[in-house]
Amino acid sequence: MRTFDYTRVRGLEETLAALGEPGTQPIAGGTELVNWLKEGIEEPRRLVDINRLPLRDVGFADGVLRIGALARMSDVAADEIVAARFPVLAQSLLLAASAQLRNMASIGGNLMQRTRCPYFRADTAVPCNKRAEGSGCSALHGDTGAAAIFGWSDRCVATHPSDLAVALAALDAVVVVRGERSERRIPASEFIRLPGDEPLRHNELRAGELITAVEVPGGAERSYYLKVRERASYEFAVVSVAAVVRAEGGTLTGVRLALGGVAHRPWRLTAAESALVGVDLGDTTALRSALAASFTEARPLAGNEYKVTLAQRAAVRAIQEAAA
Amino acid sequence: MTTEGLVRPDGPAKLTGAARYAADVPAESALAAALVSATVPNGRLAELDAAEARDCPGVAAVLTRADLPTLAELPSPPLGYPALPLQAEEIHYEGEPIAIVLAETLEQAQYAASRVRATYTGVREPIAFGEAEDVVPHSGHVLGGTDEEKGDAGAGLAEAHVTVTATYTTADRHHSPIEPSATLAWWEGEQLVLHSSVQSVAVAQQTMAALFSLPPEHVRVVCPFTGGGFGAKGYVWPHLPLAAAAAKVSGRPVRLVMTRAQMFTLSGHQPATRQTVSLGATRDGRLTALRHDSVNASGRAVDYLENTTHSSTWLYASPAIETRMRVQRVDRPGPTPMRAPHEGPGMFALESAMDELAYELGIDPVELRLRNEPDVDPMTGLPFSSRRLVECLREGAERFGWAERSPEPRSMREGNDLVGWGVAAATMDTFRAPSSAKVRIGADGRIVVETGMQEIGTGLPAMVQAVVAETLGCDPGDVEVRHGDSGFPPHAGTMGSMSAMGLGSAVQAAAREVLAKLDGRQGQPLAGLLAESGLTELEAEGRWSPEEDALAAGRSARYSMHTYGAIFAEVRVDADFGVVRLSRAVTRYAAGRILNPLAAHSQLTGGFAWGYGQALLEHSDVDPVLGRFVSKNLAGYLLPANADLPDLDAAFVEDDDRFANPLGAKGIGELGAVGVAAAIANAVFHATGRRVRNLPIRLATVLSEP
Repeated sequence: MRTFDYTRVRGLEETLAALGEPGTQPIAGGTELVNWLKEGIEEPRRLVDINRLPLRDVGFADGVLRIGALARMSDVAADEIVAARFPVLAQSLLLAASAQLRNMASIGGNLMQRTRCPYFRADTAVPCNKRAEGSGCSALHGDTGAAAIFGWSDRCVATHPSDLAVALAALDAVVVVRGERSERRIPASEFIRLPGDEPLRHNELRAGELITAVEVPGGAERSYYLKVRERASYEFAVVSVAAVVRAEGGTLTGVRLALGGVAHRPWRLTAAESALVGVDLGDTTALRSALAASFTEARPLAGNEYKVTLAQRAAVRAIQEAAA
Repeated sequence: MTTEGLVRPDGPAKLTGAARYAADVPAESALAAALVSATVPNGRLAELDAAEARDCPGVAAVLTRADLPTLAELPSPPLGYPALPLQAEEIHYEGEPIAIVLAETLEQAQYAASRVRATYTGVREPIAFGEAEDVVPHSGHVLGGTDEEKGDAGAGLAEAHVTVTATYTTADRHHSPIEPSATLAWWEGEQLVLHSSVQSVAVAQQTMAALFSLPPEHVRVVCPFTGGGFGAKGYVWPHLPLAAAAAKVSGRPVRLVMTRAQMFTLSGHQPATRQTVSLGATRDGRLTALRHDSVNASGRAVDYLENTTHSSTWLYASPAIETRMRVQRVDRPGPTPMRAPHEGPGMFALESAMDELAYELGIDPVELRLRNEPDVDPMTGLPFSSRRLVECLREGAERFGWAERSPEPRSMREGNDLVGWGVAAATMDTFRAPSSAKVRIGADGRIVVETGMQEIGTGLPAMVQAVVAETLGCDPGDVEVRHGDSGFPPHAGTMGSMSAMGLGSAVQAAAREVLAKLDGRQGQPLAGLLAESGLTELEAEGRWSPEEDALAAGRSARYSMHTYGAIFAEVRVDADFGVVRLSRAVTRYAAGRILNPLAAHSQLTGGFAWGYGQALLEHSDVDPVLGRFVSKNLAGYLLPANADLPDLDAAFVEDDDRFANPLGAKGIGELGAVGVAAAIANAVFHATGRRVRNLPIRLATVLSEP
């Protein structure tokens, strides 16, 4: 770990000015940034502690749930409005990490998490285009079990690890970011980037910008987060599904679905969402065939074909649980 | 017995943080060390550029091969890996240390270490397990022979009514103790002082003396507490000689703490195995032949043998038994014993095969095992010193409700869950080693016991209290146990499930001698006896060793001496996702006399968790291109969490083995981890009809077509 300076800020303007300096990183809960420092993924010159910024509130007004970027995962999960009106959100938070981490980790920081690809997290430099551009992708020819089946490139086959991001994508949430000059609003489903030709760019946040809030429109009373994993707790998803549904008399009238564990971004199943309208909730075969519409573009690697099957089955289950 | 409910005397110190572990020992002017590791699995070190590192803040020195003394050559064991780092240009495995950075703080040392640049020559594609030749191993890791044979297994299989043959694999696994290995070393003239996290101060002392060509009494090793070892700290790994050498060169104390990543390369692992078992049986389920072939991965310069087939020679009656073990020398760090070695991987194969045979025969798997219960050791003909497997199977089955089982696979569904019940036997070899202890009585009647043993979490101080209390008739709380210093009477080590037998017997002998010297009887107040004898203090040293004709690792030459158990498991497999959850388990064990029921129960619960990890989670894959363990951290290497573990009913059946040692006790540290994987795999078959022969059982496998 390289020696760094540490300062504590109180106001947003002061923070944005500090973040404008090269080599400066914000620190909130520190549950991910400290990993980067120890693993040599980041070597900042200065850390700016933003925990005292007034960005912790969670509130529902004018049909929009607004979550401050510094709200802790455990606080958001325990919020009564979140639990009652956005179950998928509360569930995605409670199924993530461990109780200790959820007490520390912030909502903004959660979205800033980087991939858990073992090559990206290696203790010594191994070929990884997300660590060193042009060094190659070890995962492509190595252990592909946890790799993406959608949206990968020959530069990177990693997946993103955030459960929260998957729920937010299904909820059509917006990530609010502030720079020194302006505020931007980025759809949650697009905040984390696919690798494409620029695997070093993990997300849409630009240098000097800070996530200030997440906004979630409407309500999603009939929603569900399903997380498939081999360890029963404290593990990242093999595959996860966030489902938000509307149904009348046992027939689906509207579905929003996002998958985790399958791409380096929450993967919305837009084709399936259309095909699912009008399908009987009890008709598992029909649900499966409607979902298949979104899997024609799946490109599994040798070693993760199982995710194609698993993701479709998990989506069926999540839809049924959301509607139940 | 006064030990029912005896709690560990070391508990409060551990809970409050007062218990001192090796890396926490203060040392004035100590330098922090960080290792630079090889990033290639073979080849030679061509050039090391340490200029930038030497200029980093706080750096005292960057030590390379040229700076270090040449150490004596020793085999493995007692070394973890026979080629020590920084003694040659050859790279033996990825992660091998190639330089040591010494700095004023750990952060400075680690940062500077990241600035050392190395280049390599002659690096070739790594050879993976499965790609090398099977060879007969030659090393101290080979216990008994590699090949054993009785009768004609080929003929036995040919004349069997039913045969099963299948190949099973177990994965590379890492011990991952919570306390990483660490050594604080300093020299006082020609005397070397080492505070180190080890499973044996005796092994560390003897080995370090040999490496540095010192008389053993010039090396002092201190380790009262070890934060878990599971085999990773049994033999001597690089942190010990590197810290000592760096302290010698720098003239200052050196503290070297392994990083979590280094624990994946510099303290051993349980190597992957591939085992083929063939069983032949008559229609009524009597074995006619048992053949068990096994090969395990090892390093290029070390023949670590997993000894997987031993239990196949003693577990079931069969007129013909044939076992064979080989190793493959491949590009990887050195393997080492890990809870549970030998029978841990071996019994997965044998007990899975027995389950397959039970289905082929249409005989209940418990009944099949009962029908093949031998009267004497099937291979050697020796009598059993004690064997209560039948009792374990019967009592476990009763408690589990096994009689209610519907034998057909996929016949017990509840909602999305396919429910399955599985059974497996457990057995573990009985290793024994010498031990000694001193018992001292003070004028106030207080008792002090001194022993070189480390408290590694298993509760040995409480066991010592229990034995002293039983022998002298005093209260366990009157006994103070001092431990973990090579200056105390030597104890072979807290490994191999040996400590209760060896140390317990030594303590018993010392306590008996005290009583004899006082001409007293059990239960008489010691202070009074001492005063009557006109003494203010009295001490006696007790020793115990296995009988003289004992075999390697203290195994008996006169008896078939082992521990036994039976595991009953209920799994729920999500029919759509292939996720396996263990909902219920009953285990019963026969392991000699139980000295401290509370600690023993804890051991078996912990052992079960280890078996669960082997069954469903743990695999540490070697990357085929990079020749390195892919994930060297506990986010990528999954150990069981509490949420994984079921309602577990673990208990002992009555047993007492006076042939093993005077206490009648046997080892339990490893037994609890045996058989769990087979029981779970057998339950998964019962639930799903899918026979999984490769550990760990992954959802991708359960989902896939057979």
